[in-house]
Amino acid sequence: MPINETLSQYSDYSYTTAAAIYVLALMFALIEQGFGAKGRLAAERSKQKARELVGAGGPPAYGTPVEAPREVGRPERIGRMGAALLVLAALLHLAAIVLRGLAVHRAPWGNLYEYGMATTFIAVVTWIVIMRKFPVRHLTGFLLLPVVILMFVNGTMLYTTAAPVQPALQSYWLIIHVSAAIIGSGVFLVPGVASVLYLFRAAHDDNPAKFAKFGPKLPAADVLDRIAYRTTIFAFPIFTFGVLCGAVWAEAAWGRFWGWDPKETVAFVAWVVYAAYLHSRATAGWRGKRAAIINIVGFSATIFNMFFVNLVTSGLHSYAGG
Amino acid sequence: MTTQYRQTPLKRVFAFLRNTWRGLTSMRTALVLLFLLALAAMPGALLPQRNLNVAKTDEYIAAHGWWGELLDRLQFFEVYGSVWFSAIYILLMVSLIGCLAPRSFEYAKAMRAKPVLTPRKLSRMPHHVSTTTDRTPETVLKDTHTLLKGWRRVEREEADGSRSISAERGYLRETGNLVFHFGMLGLIIFFALGKLFGYEGQVIVQADGSPWCNSGILGYDTFNAGLRVDGTDLNAFCIRLKDFEARYTESGQANYYHSNMEYQSGEDLQTGAWKPYGLEVNSPLRTAGDRVYLLNFGYSPKFTVTFPDGTVRTNITPWRPADEPTKLSEGATKIDQPGISDPIERRTRQLAITGLLAPTAFMHGNVLTSSRPEANKPAVAVDIYRGDLGLDAGRGQSIFQIDQSLVADGRLKKLTRQNLDQGQETVLDDGTKVRFDGVQEWVAIQVSHDPVQGWVLVCAVAMLIGLAGSLLVKRRRVWVRVTPAGEGEPGTVIEVAGLARTDQAGYGEEFQRISDKLVQGQRGN
Ligand code: HEM
Repeated sequence: MPINETLSQYSDYSYTTAAAIYVLALMFALIEQGFGAKGRLAAERSKQKARELVGAGGPPAYGTPVEAPREVGRPERIGRMGAALLVLAALLHLAAIVLRGLAVHRAPWGNLYEYGMATTFIAVVTWIVIMRKFPVRHLTGFLLLPVVILMFVNGTMLYTTAAPVQPALQSYWLIIHVSAAIIGSGVFLVPGVASVLYLFRAAHDDNPAKFAKFGPKLPAADVLDRIAYRTTIFAFPIFTFGVLCGAVWAEAAWGRFWGWDPKETVAFVAWVVYAAYLHSRATAGWRGKRAAIINIVGFSATIFNMFFVNLVTSGLHSYAGG
Repeated sequence: MTTQYRQTPLKRVFAFLRNTWRGLTSMRTALVLLFLLALAAMPGALLPQRNLNVAKTDEYIAAHGWWGELLDRLQFFEVYGSVWFSAIYILLMVSLIGCLAPRSFEYAKAMRAKPVLTPRKLSRMPHHVSTTTDRTPETVLKDTHTLLKGWRRVEREEADGSRSISAERGYLRETGNLVFHFGMLGLIIFFALGKLFGYEGQVIVQADGSPWCNSGILGYDTFNAGLRVDGTDLNAFCIRLKDFEARYTESGQANYYHSNMEYQSGEDLQTGAWKPYGLEVNSPLRTAGDRVYLLNFGYSPKFTVTFPDGTVRTNITPWRPADEPTKLSEGATKIDQPGISDPIERRTRQLAITGLLAPTAFMHGNVLTSSRPEANKPAVAVDIYRGDLGLDAGRGQSIFQIDQSLVADGRLKKLTRQNLDQGQETVLDDGTKVRFDGVQEWVAIQVSHDPVQGWVLVCAVAMLIGLAGSLLVKRRRVWVRVTPAGEGEPGTVIEVAGLARTDQAGYGEEFQRISDKLVQGQRGN
């Protein structure tokens, strides 16, 4: 079936608009983060909760939000508008993906551009879910910053016109393997960001003079730690499943299930790093900061795999070259 | 003073071994080893690897002088077979075994153990509710048992006469964790076995129905054997590719490869029966314990040479794509003139036709290029040589090239340079006619053999299931204590407490649900 140029065009418009609205949402979120009481409130609330529980030897339970009935200031209103914009942009983002799929009559993740488009979408969706469970709306900007950068690079340097895929990619494994990789990598963005913020917060907790303005507006360290942990343990089995499916596919397409192709290698490295992250949380002396750093390393490996390995090295993975 | 603690050398050695073992199997060491493994795997993604691409590796070493040679000596171009990479994963395996053995025993014990005693002070627990009800202690306990069905429970009578239930669930977490780690251990072992007993060979076959049999290493163009494979005992099967079809989009991108092939294995080898199969990129032929893959395809130009004495020779030699998107190909067709018995004379009369082949010819000025990968309008631009091809010299030579040193020596002389369209011919100085008849497809196939890859898959699936259990199941406890209210007061005091032994997240909601039901009783439920 021929490519539907019109739908592909609409997909591009939708993508660009989504990116533009993310930028707007990012600015709104920064206003809330910078001027709002929410950051401070959230931080205090979680700190207090944590203190209450120190004696009990367990971190706090969520699900019974203790939202203080304060009057809502202008920054909070802007923050809420930012969140609404975020959802709107995510819908456009989804539309861009669906339209691309309809235009090319296949799963819309057959090249690097489409992969980047779907991965950033998953990151945003994960964040929207997290926002409903943790008091972190004011941190939206820190997530959107990498998302917007990735979307920009993706939409300019890596843009690929809509086309069918070559024979090696014509397999139902494309749908399974790549979607698992997309979900894994997309979700991993969130613990990456949470771990970076954790390091700021922990540095501030150790020495209040450090990040004196920024630190107190972040949620308590253990809240950030928990966000990172929960998203990681969600994404890790999915990522593992993706690697496993990749091996099964490689057995059918390339003659061996594992051959240390650059992409396979870096996926393996990222997987081992995340396994190290999970172990570090069970090892005395490695919890907290070191775990956060490991998580950031894991996410760096994921990004490295997405860009560097695809663009610079030449492996069998035929996304190479965009 | 006793001398009991004096250090004898033997004891010292023993203590050293014990400490090494403890160190090696500690969580911290495992963590460091995991890191080292990740770090050690990286160069394999950044540097060319010999087993993937020899030419690129040699080029890289040559381009980097002493630095390249140093890296080579340190095995950076064979990372995954290197001493240091192997050392890390063997240490990790030892650490894993050392870790798993004691944990398996503990696990077996824990599986039979009863939930812990109810703590004296339940109010110290992270989740705690206390209330008074008019139900009797017996009813409350009975309700608790009903509610906590599926939990491992034990009811105890305490010293002060109160009664309590201690319940725990989420044992599957530890099960999953062990399954995961054992699965990984198995995977590593089977992976290594596959490398020992497997092989992989590539060969180019013409898509004209001529048979090719898996009879030995010599049948292949390249062959990678595992350490325990000597190539004498390959699985017997034969194949023949009857045709090959590629389809492309308008922009010249391939979107369909297909070869109608036939194969015989097992009994069919005796009876001579052939079974049909459609070979495609994502669907290898699986037969006789081996797999046959379609890797790539290209064109072989067909030349017909008519010698002055009237003998005719037709030759179809594969040429290799020099430019994949357009399949512009290069190669060398080598022809012996028949009917010459004197070897010395023969070596002056051999012909070589070498140059470029374009499946869809497009002249760029005088230069032949190809505009598309299909064979729409095949043409060649060739140099024709006569003389000694060096085929008898016993040195292996590339089937895609002539030996340029023979040209330099003057033993191989260039006669002419010609552009020939399909059907055109050229006449050489001695009257020999060379006609270009068109092209035929060849297919590069790979034969792979790995006797244990099924087990690798089993282990990987076990890992995945174990991982899901290990990460998603939560270990958690609930205690319920019932005490008759004080003298003269009616009712029963119920205390409920909870503790999540692993990640706390989400336990709050569950505890709330359980405690609400316990406190309110099971009425209407
Ligand atoms: C190739 C190496 C290894 C990988 C990829 C790996 C992976 C994992 C994963 C994914 C988990 C789940 C983490 C969790 O439950 O939160 C885990 C848990 C665990 N691993 Fe490993 N592991 C490896 C080697 C080892 C070794 C060598 C040891 C022993 C020293 C070990 C001991 C443990 C323990 C005790 C846990 C449970 C931690 C907990 O309950 O959180 N692992 N491992």
